[in-house]
Amino acid sequence: MRENNAPVAVSSPVDLSTDGGSARVALPPSGLARRRPRGAGVAARLEIAALSAPAVIVFVTFVILPVFLAAYYGFFRWKGFGKPTNFIGLHNYKVILTDPDFHQALTHNIEIVVLSLAIQGPIAIAFALLLNQKMRGQSIIRVLIFVPYVISEAVAGIGWSLLLGGQGAFDALMRDWHLNFLDRDWLANPNVALWTLMIILTWKYIGYATILMLAGLQGIPEELNEAASIDGASYWQTQRRITLPLLGPTIRIWAFLSIIGALQLFDIVYIIWGQYVAGVAKVSTMATYMNTNGRSSGNFGYGSAVAVVMFLISLFIALLYQRFVLRRDTDGALTGGGRRTR
Amino acid sequence: MTATTVADRDVTITRKVRKPKSSKKLEWGNPFVYFVALCFVALMMSPVVYLIIGGFRSNSQLTVNPAGWPNPWIMDNYIQVLQNPVFWRSFMNSTIAAVATTIGVVALGLMVSFVLARYSFRGRGFLYTLFVTGLMFPMTVAITPLYILIRSLHLMNILPGVILPGIAFALPVTVIILVPFLRAIPNEIQEAAEIDGCGRMGFFFRMVLPLSMPGVITVGILAFIASWNGYMLPLYILNDPANATMPLAVQTFATGQYSADTAKILAFTSMAMLPAIAFFSLFERRIVGGLTGAVKG
Repeated sequence: MRENNAPVAVSSPVDLSTDGGSARVALPPSGLARRRPRGAGVAARLEIAALSAPAVIVFVTFVILPVFLAAYYGFFRWKGFGKPTNFIGLHNYKVILTDPDFHQALTHNIEIVVLSLAIQGPIAIAFALLLNQKMRGQSIIRVLIFVPYVISEAVAGIGWSLLLGGQGAFDALMRDWHLNFLDRDWLANPNVALWTLMIILTWKYIGYATILMLAGLQGIPEELNEAASIDGASYWQTQRRITLPLLGPTIRIWAFLSIIGALQLFDIVYIIWGQYVAGVAKVSTMATYMNTNGRSSGNFGYGSAVAVVMFLISLFIALLYQRFVLRRDTDGALTGGGRRTR
Repeated sequence: MTATTVADRDVTITRKVRKPKSSKKLEWGNPFVYFVALCFVALMMSPVVYLIIGGFRSNSQLTVNPAGWPNPWIMDNYIQVLQNPVFWRSFMNSTIAAVATTIGVVALGLMVSFVLARYSFRGRGFLYTLFVTGLMFPMTVAITPLYILIRSLHLMNILPGVILPGIAFALPVTVIILVPFLRAIPNEIQEAAEIDGCGRMGFFFRMVLPLSMPGVITVGILAFIASWNGYMLPLYILNDPANATMPLAVQTFATGQYSADTAKILAFTSMAMLPAIAFFSLFERRIVGGLTGAVKG
């Protein structure tokens, strides 16, 4: 909000290469920057303030402020009523970092991150390659595989737990097909539940990944493939030497979104396993841990501290990823301190 | 996305020129490809089909053979869901919340994106960074203090308590998609409008709004679906069943007093899923196109 009152430099056209100095975001040149200056100093300032104030106020109040509040509440033992007074310093953090339940949840999160990348990535790329060929009915296939992504987590969770539950259709079907080894306790068995979760997550998000990859593939000029085939490259050589490298940026962005999503995973786990069973079935995540030990038990100071730990872990991984993986794609986005090297 | 409209037009022209050639090429192709694609689609759709078909069976049918076909087909479950006031109440709540969130996101997002795209002022880079950083602040991290905040603002158990945070959390993506859109509007149009005596605000309402419609629709659909499907925020904010949105109602229905009535749960869940699917199939091209743009953008 403070930015609205800052002196406005409309009257002197700003060279954008210097404009980026205050914040290192790659912001493409604005339409007005190249234009001759016009007098409307005060009016323009008012317009800027009036147009951006509502969005900035709502955004700062409900997105930025809570994160800072979490950092503040995290230092207190607090039941959520009145003002937090019982300052306990880093005690909450000490408890979190030594709690085996949290270690378990974090381990599950990391397993989910790795498995999501390892399972969904290859499948999505393979199907995008498959669907990228000239074929009839491509658009209807695209719609159908995207449907699970559009269904709400609540519906998906309830549906899958009915499908896989004790008297569920899946086990019955497997018995009918005499595949008895596939008739198991999919949800409650701690040795199986994480894989069940991975199947459900793959089902839910693979359509999104495939559509992203397909979009990336369709951005690759056809001439390159034609040139490769003229040079005698086989289909697989073309895919491996030309398509995959050019798909790189899409894959890296998808992986980033997938990692962040997996670290924050809550809805599906909470709906299917509830808040207490998740730990027993070994599918608890940091977010379900936060919910169980924070709001559900009335410990808002502790819950806030868990949120801060989650945020720091996500931020750390995101920054590492940006620094070492995304750097070549994004022209110095969030972390762009490093010089762009080719 | 960032390309000017002129360039876009060139692309469509070349595409049109090429079309007859490619349509001649469009043969049925490799049967293996169709087989694999069909299997993939079948795997993706089978849980959805199971929900819908299961709703047409009775509980005794479901117990005798959980994986069977309806025999006979029973309409009762669906009829009872459609007569259930809980269903319609949560349907209305979800609709109000999603429509209000969408309008709010589009209005606020368009305004701030316009400033970011077409004004030059000190702090512009910072303002843009602020919204982009929002992507790093997911709902999960903010939810515990957000709950306290909503409570102290006296927004608990009413829909605005879900709508306002919903708008706030949808703004980053909105800004990221809309800013390149608004920037791609050529300056010549603005100059022409100015010569015709149109001020900057007039330019906003008469030129920017209509020209950025594709981006606005994409952003609006994403906001609508996110709000319609949202689970964690209503779970924390809307504790009163009278104000529950669809996802909460589905969960309450499945775990509450009907938890033994599997057939009815299947019907209820199917009905809850249909609006999102219908909405999606109406705007499918926009959503898929919007995602494409967001990645390339």
